[in-house]
Amino acid sequence: MAKMNQDTYAGGGVVDQIEADPVNSSTERSLYEARVKIFPAKVTGAFRRLKWWIMAVTLGIYWLTPWVRWDRGPNAPDQAVLVDLANRRFYFFSIEIWPQEFYYVAGLLIMAGIGLFLITSVVGRAWCGYTCPQTVWTDLYMAVERWIEGDRNARMRLEKAPWSFSKLRKRVSVHAIWLLIAVATGGAWIFYFADAPSLAIAFVTGQAPAVAYVTVGILTFTTYVFAGFMREQVCTYMCPWPRIQGAMLDEDSLIVTYNDWRGEPRSRHQKRAAQEGLDVGDCVDCNACVAVCPMGIDIRDGQQLECITCALCIDACNNVMDKVDKPRGLISYTTLSDYEAHAATAAKNGREAAKNEQRRVSISHIARPRTIIYTALWSFIGIAMLVTLTMRDRLDINVLLERNPLFVTLSDGSIRNTYTVKLLNMQPELKTFSVELEGLPEATMWFQGGEEQRGTSFEAAVQPDRVRELRVFVVKPEATGTENFRFVLTDEGSGAADTAEAQFHGPQQ
Amino acid sequence: MATNADNKPSEAKGQHAGPDIDKVTGQALTDHEWDGIRELNNPLPRWWLWVFYGSVVFAVVYMILYPSIPLIKDGTTGLLGWNSRAAIARELSEVEAGRQAVMEQIRSLPLEDIRADRELSQIAFRGGQSAFKVNCVQCHGSGAEGGFGYANLNDDDWIWGGTLEEIAATIRHGVRYDQDPDTRISEMPAFGRDGLLDDDQIAAITQFVLSLSGQEHDAAVAETGSQLYVDNCAVCHGESGEGQPMLGAPALNDAVWLYSSEPEVIASQIYNPKHGVMPAWTGRLDEVTIKQLAIYVHGLGGGQSAEEVSAN
Repeated sequence: MAKMNQDTYAGGGVVDQIEADPVNSSTERSLYEARVKIFPAKVTGAFRRLKWWIMAVTLGIYWLTPWVRWDRGPNAPDQAVLVDLANRRFYFFSIEIWPQEFYYVAGLLIMAGIGLFLITSVVGRAWCGYTCPQTVWTDLYMAVERWIEGDRNARMRLEKAPWSFSKLRKRVSVHAIWLLIAVATGGAWIFYFADAPSLAIAFVTGQAPAVAYVTVGILTFTTYVFAGFMREQVCTYMCPWPRIQGAMLDEDSLIVTYNDWRGEPRSRHQKRAAQEGLDVGDCVDCNACVAVCPMGIDIRDGQQLECITCALCIDACNNVMDKVDKPRGLISYTTLSDYEAHAATAAKNGREAAKNEQRRVSISHIARPRTIIYTALWSFIGIAMLVTLTMRDRLDINVLLERNPLFVTLSDGSIRNTYTVKLLNMQPELKTFSVELEGLPEATMWFQGGEEQRGTSFEAAVQPDRVRELRVFVVKPEATGTENFRFVLTDEGSGAADTAEAQFHGPQQ
Repeated sequence: MATNADNKPSEAKGQHAGPDIDKVTGQALTDHEWDGIRELNNPLPRWWLWVFYGSVVFAVVYMILYPSIPLIKDGTTGLLGWNSRAAIARELSEVEAGRQAVMEQIRSLPLEDIRADRELSQIAFRGGQSAFKVNCVQCHGSGAEGGFGYANLNDDDWIWGGTLEEIAATIRHGVRYDQDPDTRISEMPAFGRDGLLDDDQIAAITQFVLSLSGQEHDAAVAETGSQLYVDNCAVCHGESGEGQPMLGAPALNDAVWLYSSEPEVIASQIYNPKHGVMPAWTGRLDEVTIKQLAIYVHGLGGGQSAEEVSAN
């Protein structure tokens, strides 16, 4: 059935000719047709190995990160990466971020964005092909499928076969493992938002908050449906990112390319063609590239919006080229400019000359103004964030003037202003801060509940990792109009200080 | 009318029963036509269709379970008996229940102890602040800054005393509020209206009162007013105008004035005094709210401590 015929080639290899339809090829598919299921064939090679490694690393990071511990003392959680929404704190190893420092997260997102621009302009849709969760989980699900049901042909047979005990057993096993992976996927997500070990116990004993179960339920559902059933449709129809990436490719981006100047005209009967003196290309039309494609396209139709550049067709074709004793790279990562140059050489001096040219890989495509600007921007933001992160103060003072009433005249004619002063202790230990008046002569102050400390400065203890809000009264014997002054906050232990500008108001003269 | 040769239906309308077919796409056409352009009868996306059927089912189930159909006087109640009034009442009672322990503490502890407890005093201050916004701002202003004839509660001058207990007593029983037997009462004689003093004497006392708080005054006239003050005013307002919170006699030697420090206003107050009224809040507000209000007003910055007052 799938094997049309076999040819023995000069390289001694045997190449199976596979009957594989590129079901998502634009010429094959009407807009109104239902989805045709894809059965990607197994493939080995450098890119497949790279994909396994990336899958292992990304899934490892995702599943293991919440369990990494990081000691921050008794007053802060010991989870290395924790988004503590309830207390509005974000912990990342030694870094702790308060909500008002969210610009660090914004900076990370900007870096991620520019990083994607950079990667895309150099190697095209590498994000889609290797690291996108949709790709990684789909790949994992396909591996499960292949393990239980067998490779492409076996799966196609099973799909067509009537229901039997064996089919039922296989299908149930596949879906059970898929569901397990889906639950583990949804389950891991919640551990980023609470202490992982205690939440895990609470979760299995039914004590976890409802939002945890709902989150796991939703993510289990989306993982199971997206990776098990929707697969390439998510990339083609739902995801906006490929469209944006498409706009960022240029003639110097490395993309998965079928070198038709070398492959065409394709022929299934190379030996006979050679004997008859016909001019045929390197493509033996074995359809291996189509059979392995998880997106259901034929790369030989050229660059297509469905292509996630996973490069599995390169592996498949290289294996075939090895067997037929031809140089690798009939399908290769090539830039549009190189492809055009090679095609021109092939047209002028013949295929062999172009193949020689193809062997000399040029890296000049990588360092060009666009990528250099992206790299510079990316590094600048990264360095700026690192510098501000290491230099930032872990204490802060915010002052808000009470404006209703703006000032109060006291019995002895002195003028009093009231301020809401917030002292931020952003370190996980109890701190005693001193607050001092600066630039307001003759004034004294105290805070509500701390009347005994009346003077030009007072001390206040602030709980670990907390904000303390004080109502501060400042009194000046005489005041007219508006005067500017400062509240100076000092951590007596470390000497760190912060200043807040404020205004003192009196009656207009 | 625009025409497009390629897009013309393969069959003229009305010649046979089947739908017209678009030549280019091979798709059926609808009967909708705008300036010669006709709409393809494309199938609805299946996911959309199923979501639509799902919403229809959801709507029917919802109508049965929840109140949904308005009738002439009332409406259907739904099988679950849910309604939004009961839901909000339940939420409110849950909040109340959650506050119960703290409110009980505020009810039972003396005011001084509440103020000494940092957390409790903060809760009481915030509670008092919100109760103030509802009940007190009409006279005392949204920032408790007072106005002409309404006391500013931010300052340190207290007509009826500025300790926590005194403030609470004023809130409980009001001022010159005749429905409360324990209300605070003071009545300054109408020296001018009732003929106790003539206009010159009132003018002299006015100048003397101005001198008490160090304001601009006619020293010679004030001198004549000083004896008149001792004879008529000092019994309540004190020898040096320091006032007497026990009697509700305001201090006259400071910078804070309930009405105004203008000579005309002072003279008018001696001639025919205004007497402000504040209602008693016992019975209108519960004990916890009154205590919270006392903590709030005291905490505005001018509150006095009991020791401080007895030391004077």
